[in-house]
Amino acid sequence: MAKTDALQGSLDLLVLKILSRRPRLHGYAIMAAIASTSGEVLRAEEGSLYPALYRMEEAGLIRAEWIKKDSGRRARVYELTAAGKKQLGVEESRWESVSLAINRVLREA
Amino acid sequence: MSLWSRIANAVHGERLSREIEEELQSHIEEAIASGRDPKEAHRAFGSALRAREASHSIRAAGWLESLLADVSFGWWQLCRNKVTSITAVLSLALGIGSCVAAFRLIDALLWRPLPISNSSKLYVLSRKLTGPEGKPIEDRYWATSDFKLMRDAVKDEADLIAISEADRTDITWSTDDDMEKAHVVYVSGNMFPLFGLEPALGRLLAPADDRGRGLAPYAVLSWDYWNHRIGSDPHILGRSLHIGDQTFEIIGVGPRDFTGTETGTVTDIFLPLSMNYLATQDSVTWHRIFLMLKPGVNPATALEPLRQHLSAVSRAFEVDCSTCFRGMTQAYIDRFLNKQLVFNPAGAGISDLQKDYRRSLGILGLLAALVLLIACVNVANMMTAQAAARAQEMALRISIGAGRRRLVQLILCQSALLALLASVLGAFFAAWSAPFVLSLINPPDNPARLVLPADWRVLLFGFGLIILVVLLLGLLPALRASAVRPVAALKGGEDPQSPRRLLRGAIAFQIAFCVLVLFLSSLFVASFQRLQHRPLGFSTDRLLLLETVAGKGQIPVVWSQTAEALRAAPGVNSVAISGWPVLGRIQINSDISINGAPPSPTPAWFLSVSPGWFSTMKIPLVSGRDFRPEDTSPGAAVVNETFVKTFFPGQDPIGHTFERGANQPINKIVGVSPDVPYHDLRETSRAVFYVPFDEIDDKSAPRAVGFATFAIHTDVQNPLALADSLRQFIAQRHNGLRVSNITTQLDLVRDQTIRERLIAMLAAFFAAIALLLAGIGLYAVLNYSVLRRRREIGIRMAIGSTRAGIVRIVTLDVFLMIALGGCAGVAFGFGVARYVESLFYQVKATDADMIALPTCAILLTALVATLPAVLHALRTNPTEILRAE
Repeated sequence: MAKTDALQGSLDLLVLKILSRRPRLHGYAIMAAIASTSGEVLRAEEGSLYPALYRMEEAGLIRAEWIKKDSGRRARVYELTAAGKKQLGVEESRWESVSLAINRVLREA
Repeated sequence: MSLWSRIANAVHGERLSREIEEELQSHIEEAIASGRDPKEAHRAFGSALRAREASHSIRAAGWLESLLADVSFGWWQLCRNKVTSITAVLSLALGIGSCVAAFRLIDALLWRPLPISNSSKLYVLSRKLTGPEGKPIEDRYWATSDFKLMRDAVKDEADLIAISEADRTDITWSTDDDMEKAHVVYVSGNMFPLFGLEPALGRLLAPADDRGRGLAPYAVLSWDYWNHRIGSDPHILGRSLHIGDQTFEIIGVGPRDFTGTETGTVTDIFLPLSMNYLATQDSVTWHRIFLMLKPGVNPATALEPLRQHLSAVSRAFEVDCSTCFRGMTQAYIDRFLNKQLVFNPAGAGISDLQKDYRRSLGILGLLAALVLLIACVNVANMMTAQAAARAQEMALRISIGAGRRRLVQLILCQSALLALLASVLGAFFAAWSAPFVLSLINPPDNPARLVLPADWRVLLFGFGLIILVVLLLGLLPALRASAVRPVAALKGGEDPQSPRRLLRGAIAFQIAFCVLVLFLSSLFVASFQRLQHRPLGFSTDRLLLLETVAGKGQIPVVWSQTAEALRAAPGVNSVAISGWPVLGRIQINSDISINGAPPSPTPAWFLSVSPGWFSTMKIPLVSGRDFRPEDTSPGAAVVNETFVKTFFPGQDPIGHTFERGANQPINKIVGVSPDVPYHDLRETSRAVFYVPFDEIDDKSAPRAVGFATFAIHTDVQNPLALADSLRQFIAQRHNGLRVSNITTQLDLVRDQTIRERLIAMLAAFFAAIALLLAGIGLYAVLNYSVLRRRREIGIRMAIGSTRAGIVRIVTLDVFLMIALGGCAGVAFGFGVARYVESLFYQVKATDADMIALPTCAILLTALVATLPAVLHALRTNPTEILRAE
């Protein structure tokens, strides 16, 4: 089974969000996008990213397709499915309420 | 990703791994292209293997993949031990095939519902009463007038249907020359509509056809008969067929599946009940009555009131019946009226075949199941031994983290593979053997015919059987293997007792089953042999029987002239006439009264015979003389020895007289014959008297005879070779006599033992298989145990144990188990034997030789089976073993 790490809960959200902005990205591009848009603060480990991708693919949130790259090698690109779009909304609002709650706890202290 | 794609990924595991690898490689390439250090990019993935594993298990259905791996591993295991595996598959296939075949026969004969609507609401009516010999008997036949009264009495709650038994009748299609046999059934007009049957052609009989004798001369053919005999000719409608002096018009063909209500016999022709002259005879009971509950009537509450109502109506009819008791004593009438009406479920049809073969088939099913059990124990033993041999491998697997569930799965996979292979072979065996066994139930004039479809009932049974076999085979070894304690096993010193305890238990079970099979088989084989070698008292050698009919009857002198003419035919040695053949289907009894006294409580059976019949049958008279041509009936009689013992104890009967009932003409005894079986080979001697074939009425005029049998002693070895020419010979005389059936006395005797021969043959077959399997099992277990105890034996030898001592420790507990299993088997055998006592002939379960035979067989097998292992143990070289350890 895939190893869980601290980012995992939010990794799905990040991947879904990235894919909702720019469809048809391959794994490395998703990783790079997470890094660049977060200002190099967040980094998805390869060892977590791919299991997460496969898990979401299996859950029907994203779908994958093989394309031919310029180098001649094949790459597997991902895009959101309808279920993925819905899931993104759910995850976003969950994240918002969680971060709101965490902020409130931090302020109280 | 769907479950389907996960399953597909599991099946194509290789390709999946390649794809994941490819994607990861593409990732690393991108990373390097965007300026990352190649080494660092590689390192970021950590262990590539682990990343792939993690990804793989998400994208593929893991359980399926491990299952496939286990199946291929199990297959490899089977291939590695080819001889054992083939033996296992063959023995299981035989067991499974026999069980399925037995199920097909039992289901087709006893359980399968008739292809009619509401078969679960169908019952058959019969009456229980005390028979003439004081034994309880069941009367299944009813008079038509009684039926009509009963039908009308309960018409609001239930419908009554009258159906006669299929009678093999002479029918003709056009001229009298091409007479043939067909199974004819008379039915009340409501049968077809109540059964919800639709015609395949024309129309079926309807209640309007219950009009009275001669008013509804219509016939419906069964689909089977239309197909086989008529070649499915649609122009058959409107054609006529003749039975005796009646002519029937074909009005329709029944539905395809419906072969009548008599399971085991296929009805050819359905005729209206009212067309049989017996329907007008109040005193003749001749057909069955079925009852079908009306829709919405609850059987739990409605049956008992119905039964009482019908019982009262029927009793009133019989009390009123003026012709029913003519000439009977009051005691007889009381006994006759004192009976109980019973309902029996008839959804699967009702037939004599069911009655005769219910227990036999039950026993065959039991024997087949036992053989399957023995085979299962054998294979389970083999797998336990293999699993024990793999104890170290199992321990290793467990200690590196394999789940115990996975180990159980591994072993169950192997047993499922065995069971599946065996069931494929078994299915072929069952497909062949069920019809084969059925074809052995083949009295020439009425071979059993059952529909044996391989439908969902059979498939379901087979499937259940496979699951049972898999569990029987695999569960024990699997649980044992998964309970391996890694530390102990890896040290090489796992508790040596535990597999042996299991194997010893298995031996005891196996021997018990085997002894049970042998015990029952020896009872059946002995029964058959004693029945077959029972002294007959007459000779069946070269004896041809021509059962002959004379349409409206012919006077005895014409019959005698025909016999005389037959004597002159080439190849004929001697010819005699009897009313019917002995050991045939007909038996008729008669009251006996001596010197005008009231009839005795026990009746006697009779047969009319021509002069010379005793010598043709090679029955030497004990005293007195044979009939002479001038003897007539009534007038003279020959009686058998039991008749003398019953009616003239301690006297010389020659010259004494008796009457056939009170106020009947007297018969003078002129000779005494030895007892010969009259109707049934199993019968103990019964009182029989013979009367002259020439019968006269009270005005001394000859009485016409409608049917009789020519007994022809031929010169040729095979009397049937003359049959056709003699049949032609009789037909060419144009005196009204026609041969209706040709058989030999030998065949009639053989027909009496069909069931016994069938059970004996199959029981012997199962016994041989059981013995063989038990032998193989014993050999394997002992051999294995010697192998396992090599170290112990070596040490014992080294410290000076004698050879006898070694033999004892190797064989003692095995023979203890054999003794235990043997006793259990015999004890169980007594129980089963009691259930099938009625199938035995002059054999009792408690007979010493019946117990000795299976015991000796099993001991002999055990000796032969243990010999190699014992020799192996004795050849153990202690120094070699101890050095190796």
